[in-house]
Amino acid sequence: MMASSYNAKDEDGHHPGSVGSGGPGAVKSKKPDNTAFKQQRLPAWQPILTAGTVLPAFFMIGLIFIPIGIGLLVTSNNIKEFEIDYTGVDMFSPCFNCSQSYSWNSTSACTCSVPFTLDQPFESNVFMYYGLSNFYQNHRRYVKSRDDSQLNGDKSSLLNPSKECEPYRTSDKKSIAPCGAIANSLFNDTLELFYIHPNGSRIAIHLVKTGIAWWTDKHVKFRNPGENNNNLSIVFQDTSKPVNWRKPVYELDPSDPDNNGFINEDFIVWMRTAALPTFRKLYRIIQKKKDNMTPTLPPGNYSLEVIYSILEKRITKMKTQIKMLRFTVFLRSVYCQIHKLPELSMLKKENILILFFQLQNLTFISKFYLLFFCNYL
Amino acid sequence: MQCSDSIPSAQTGVGSHRERSGEPVRTVVSNLPFEDLKKREQPNRRYEGNAIRTNKYRLWSFIPMNLFEQFHRMANIYFVGLAILNFVPVVNAFQPEVALIPICIILALTAVKDGWEDFRRYQTDQQLNNTPCFIFSRKQMCFVERRWKDVRVGDFVRVLSNEIIPADILLLHTSDPNGVCHMETANLDGETSLKQRKVVPGFSSLVRVLPITKYLERPDKRRTGFGIDSLLLRGCMVRNTDDAAGIVVYAGHETKSMLNNSGPRYKRSKIERKMNTDVLFCVVLLFFMCLIGALGHAIWLETFSSMPSYIVPDSNGNYTPSVLAGFYMFFTMIILLQVMIPVSLYVSIELVKMGQIFFITQDVELYDEELDRRVQCRALNITEDLGQIQYVFSDKTGTLTENKMVFRRCSVMGTEYCHEENAARLAVISGANEEEEVTIYQQTKLPPLFPLEELQDVHTGDKNHANTQVTAASRRRSKVAAEAQSDMAFSSPLETVVVPDRKLILEVDRQMASIQTGPYLDFFLALAICNTVLVSSVTAQRQRVRVNVADLAGAERVGDVLRALTHIFCAANLSNESDGFHSSDVSDAAGQKVISSERKVKSGLSGSEEVCYEAHSPDEAALIHAAKAYGFTMMERTPHYVTVKLPDEALLKFEVLDILTFDSTRRRMSIIVRHPHTKEIIMYTKGADSAIMERLGNVFSGDKIKCVEQWCGWKAVCFSLKVISEQEFRAWSAVRQEALSAIEEKEERLMETANFIESSFTLLGATGIEDRLQESVPETIQALRRAGMQVWVLTGDKPETAINIAYSCKLLEHEDLVFTFSTSRKVLQCQLTNASVPEQTFTGPLMEPSIGLVIDGPTLSMAMSDELVELFVELCKHCRAVLCCRVTPLQKSAVVKLIRQKLRVMTLAVGDGANDVNMIQAADVGIGVSGQEGMQAVMASDFAITRFKHLQRLLLVHGHWCYSRLANMVIYFFYKNVAYVNLLFWYQFFCGFSATAMIDYWLMIFFNLFFTSAPPIMFGIMEKEVSDSTLLSLPELYKRGQHSEGYRRSTFWIAILDAFYQSLVCFFIPYWTYNGSDIGIFAFGTPMNTVSLFTIILHLAIEIKSWTAVHWVIMIGSVLVYFIVTLAYSAICISCNPPSDPYWIMHKQMADPMFYLVCILTTVVALLPR
Repeated sequence: MMASSYNAKDEDGHHPGSVGSGGPGAVKSKKPDNTAFKQQRLPAWQPILTAGTVLPAFFMIGLIFIPIGIGLLVTSNNIKEFEIDYTGVDMFSPCFNCSQSYSWNSTSACTCSVPFTLDQPFESNVFMYYGLSNFYQNHRRYVKSRDDSQLNGDKSSLLNPSKECEPYRTSDKKSIAPCGAIANSLFNDTLELFYIHPNGSRIAIHLVKTGIAWWTDKHVKFRNPGENNNNLSIVFQDTSKPVNWRKPVYELDPSDPDNNGFINEDFIVWMRTAALPTFRKLYRIIQKKKDNMTPTLPPGNYSLEVIYSILEKRITKMKTQIKMLRFTVFLRSVYCQIHKLPELSMLKKENILILFFQLQNLTFISKFYLLFFCNYL
Repeated sequence: MQCSDSIPSAQTGVGSHRERSGEPVRTVVSNLPFEDLKKREQPNRRYEGNAIRTNKYRLWSFIPMNLFEQFHRMANIYFVGLAILNFVPVVNAFQPEVALIPICIILALTAVKDGWEDFRRYQTDQQLNNTPCFIFSRKQMCFVERRWKDVRVGDFVRVLSNEIIPADILLLHTSDPNGVCHMETANLDGETSLKQRKVVPGFSSLVRVLPITKYLERPDKRRTGFGIDSLLLRGCMVRNTDDAAGIVVYAGHETKSMLNNSGPRYKRSKIERKMNTDVLFCVVLLFFMCLIGALGHAIWLETFSSMPSYIVPDSNGNYTPSVLAGFYMFFTMIILLQVMIPVSLYVSIELVKMGQIFFITQDVELYDEELDRRVQCRALNITEDLGQIQYVFSDKTGTLTENKMVFRRCSVMGTEYCHEENAARLAVISGANEEEEVTIYQQTKLPPLFPLEELQDVHTGDKNHANTQVTAASRRRSKVAAEAQSDMAFSSPLETVVVPDRKLILEVDRQMASIQTGPYLDFFLALAICNTVLVSSVTAQRQRVRVNVADLAGAERVGDVLRALTHIFCAANLSNESDGFHSSDVSDAAGQKVISSERKVKSGLSGSEEVCYEAHSPDEAALIHAAKAYGFTMMERTPHYVTVKLPDEALLKFEVLDILTFDSTRRRMSIIVRHPHTKEIIMYTKGADSAIMERLGNVFSGDKIKCVEQWCGWKAVCFSLKVISEQEFRAWSAVRQEALSAIEEKEERLMETANFIESSFTLLGATGIEDRLQESVPETIQALRRAGMQVWVLTGDKPETAINIAYSCKLLEHEDLVFTFSTSRKVLQCQLTNASVPEQTFTGPLMEPSIGLVIDGPTLSMAMSDELVELFVELCKHCRAVLCCRVTPLQKSAVVKLIRQKLRVMTLAVGDGANDVNMIQAADVGIGVSGQEGMQAVMASDFAITRFKHLQRLLLVHGHWCYSRLANMVIYFFYKNVAYVNLLFWYQFFCGFSATAMIDYWLMIFFNLFFTSAPPIMFGIMEKEVSDSTLLSLPELYKRGQHSEGYRRSTFWIAILDAFYQSLVCFFIPYWTYNGSDIGIFAFGTPMNTVSLFTIILHLAIEIKSWTAVHWVIMIGSVLVYFIVTLAYSAICISCNPPSDPYWIMHKQMADPMFYLVCILTTVVALLPR
């Protein structure tokens, strides 16, 4: 094991002088290769943090952040947002009656209308969201309670949904389509918007209900079962509707076959469970006028008509008083290139943070200066 | 007709093992008469066959067995517990199957590794089992070729030269006329010297003459003891003996080599121990986090008077009571936050250590050109302990010194001869000239017949030559290197060439001319005879005997003998003689000599040049060469005769009556010979001065003692003579024989007889042998000192020698205050108290004198007695240097253990010889110096180096690196896991403590497994905080590791706090950004995952002090892998991983400028404190 190995003994034996360093292949040495890698001598960059290197770096970071911050600030200032609360817990709220008297068994839906006034015009496309607060769509068991392959149009899953859907898996010995708690709790208020013309007439504003879900969700992830069978009522005939729903899944949007069944966009949006208990979801889009001259929503009086069928009446009995629903309107006209991004409204907070960061940065820099001088002294 | 025996059971390993198996006396019956019988009727059926199986698993049992083995580890149990928990319905795991992935990967990796190792073992077993060997067959009346696995106890087996012995065989016949057989045990203990084995007494002569009748008549009723002397051990190689045959007594797993096989050493390093407690802290942390989750969930549920629709009832439509739900939630939380316990840490550490070892062994600075040896890492998991050493215990001889003996002076009849020329010559030798190299080579050249493959296995002898050649080569390259020669002592020119002292030569010549006898002649005769050096002529060295299967004559002859034997029930009874090779070879190493081919020296060829000595200990070589320089050349040694050529070319052939070999208790050896002319029986004894002086018969040599005492720098060997009368010898011889064949207490009785005869000597003279310091020992010791290590030297030498060496290697300085303890008990106590009391007063004021403590063996054992030990330790703490002289190997280890336990420090022991094995094993880190004295220290060590000076680089550079690398990596690992897990934890506050994960399960697993695993491993292997040159020039930097500053409890907690801060930032900036928006749950997790990846990677980037190409590749590669995998995964997975729907999320996110803003901002804020 330790012995060195020898070669070419015979020839060398007679010429002792030739052995050694010059001997042809005499010793197969165990000497480690003298390579930079094996000797840990790879050329290395050794950043040494001194005030001289750190300070410029900090300035650079600061310089990068300042334009970003300014840009974001401008952007978010250009975003107009209007929020309407129609929960109806307040005695004077128009929806108070609905929130109090509503019950599942009532055959007629409760309707209320909330008037509001816009002071500024909303230009470009306007996005209409509904919002819920304290609604834990991210509860572990809630999140689990769905069957993705059923929603993807899988026939066998349609009739035999995943166990994860329990207890919303079957009703009346028929499988529920779509199964699970998420689908069962689908947001099914209907919201309509009217512009009250100064002359008193109510003009319905056209709300576009497609294009609110992700393209991939609508075209790949969610599919109706039964291939191209357009008659969804036949496809879904062996299933029953979720217990909380008033109409089966194939009647979600009877007017548009491309927006019906599992590929109904309201449904798809709801199925993408929100990350946080206070959330909003895109409801409708109000497209800008073609002439580009008049704003999408001119200032004036409006009325929001709500067909109040909120999830369950029990919600109002929660111990803590929470605003249940919000209705929000955005306007985005300046930054067209990013106008698909409704989240930009959040940038205000972002900006505060960036400013905060820059402040912090400054304090750090001053500390470094101090250290620097101390070292010199 | 039974020849069975029993031998006192040895108290150690093998012996006791064999005894436990219920057969203190093994009776072996020859198989030959039973050859035709069925297996059940064989007499030796109880004994194991020779087939071995060292693989743990069989094909069918691999999976269950391996799993069982693996579940012995805590970490795996934790994993499996979690996996099971996943399948409990109430915990609502997202995807129980996915939770199995980590455990499966870890188990599978380990299983593959185990399986591969086991398969390799299986292959080697098969190879061994199918090795051919010769077994005597009665039917065919000759040896037939069989396989090893066919060998059974009781078979007669024949082994040819250079063959490996298939089983433990009792030697009954050899081709050697003297009835000896040599074997090389390198395969067992790494010892490269040859061991001599004798034919069982009574057999050798018989075999030669071959009279069956005579054999039968042999009065064999008496039980004789077969010692290890006649046992050929499995795995060893027969050398220099054409063929040997014997009866198998132990086969297969019962052979010594198999019993001796113990698993690899496993030591747990200090960091690992500390780390384990920190893992416990993590468990506690995890527990609290889960508790918070559980309580939070229960309280959250309590706030609802009625259940909202997002709280899903169970399948019966009932809601779980909130307390119970909270209870369940606790377990769900465990599943969610399981990554908190860094199980991957253990795997990573193993990988990192492999990398570290790779780099240590690759270090060209630790490579020894002369020996062609790198540093060896034998223990795989204590590399970082090298960076934390506080106490260094060093052997002296061979470690600090070269262990190359140089004959310096001698004293005969009270006259001292200084050999100044010799000394002068030594000084010049560094500029060795070409001519000399040529002679060295010629002397050692190998016979051309030597087949190549043999050379790899041939050890001592050949290696020496090899080394000499390398030496020659390297010398040519650099003359300076000559100082550092480390070739085996007996072929170095330093020893072989002794320039005689002129005065002494005159004196010798005068005596030679006049009376043919006299003290001078006796002195040199003793020098020449009293050793166990072997002579071999150049041409006959290690000649390989051609293996000739068709050696019919031989086979026939042995066959006859065996036929004869079949008539006898021969029961061989083997001693449980030893505890493996350690104890038996301690004496071997010290006293026994390499025995080479005993071919006769071709006396016709003139001159001493032709004689080549093979000594095992360098001082013997030095002495015999000294004798040769004065014309007393030992020409031949056989077991019965020693031939010496006198200066006048006359040959004296002494009959050897007995040899009392060297052992460490007696510390002397004797040879009893009959003088060819006077027929007197003379005993020559040599030994350490004290061992001889106390047994001198007359007191005329007082001045000599003084003289020897003065040679404190050198090892003094005294020679003495005793003439024994014929009667006295015969009486003693009888007792000796009895002792030799004793069954009980053999060792003690042998010792008694030796002590009995070795008394009342006449002192002939003394020789002084110098052992020179190794290259740059003082510098190394100083560097270690500066690095804050306490250096102790433990040596078996006498105090004077030790102190001298200590001064010369700067262990002691001349201005040091040196206490020397060498007293009786009562005084010692006072001394200890006295010494430590002023010490207390010294420590405070002004200048503290550095204290050196010199203590000798007997005093040491007193100091270590219960009542004094505290004082002693206290005193030692104040000493700058401690020197223990005349300590036994056991005391060495006792000292190490004492310091290790009492002071709770990290200890390192370095030594080269068999006597250091105990110490090396007792220390936290054992380092073996592969030097002159065989390989035992190396075999026992954790690291093996070739020179003492390598210690400096090994500790200061590699130790420091390994320590800081590993410490940083471990800390980083804790940080990484906590930072990541806390993200999930903070999310719990926003999902009703329902243990939802916002990050896709697969990505979570991949995150730890692929995205963030490579950088820390690379960090642990390649980080270079400080360059090696800085570390070497500033040894003080080492103190950081000594005080464990790299990895403290506080460092751990700071890292945890940092992790908390960073996870807060990583969670809350995205939270504020997306709060109230329509972000989906997993779309929310994606930026967080990305952000924490960036933070974790950049955190490491800040830690990394030097960036090489490898760093860049791995760091950037990790990030790229993350994006590629995530993108691919979210492009492919449509509904493959419910409930998380990763489909297109990443793409969506990456098309969103917000995502980048969040990533940049969060990462910067998270890392700002750094």
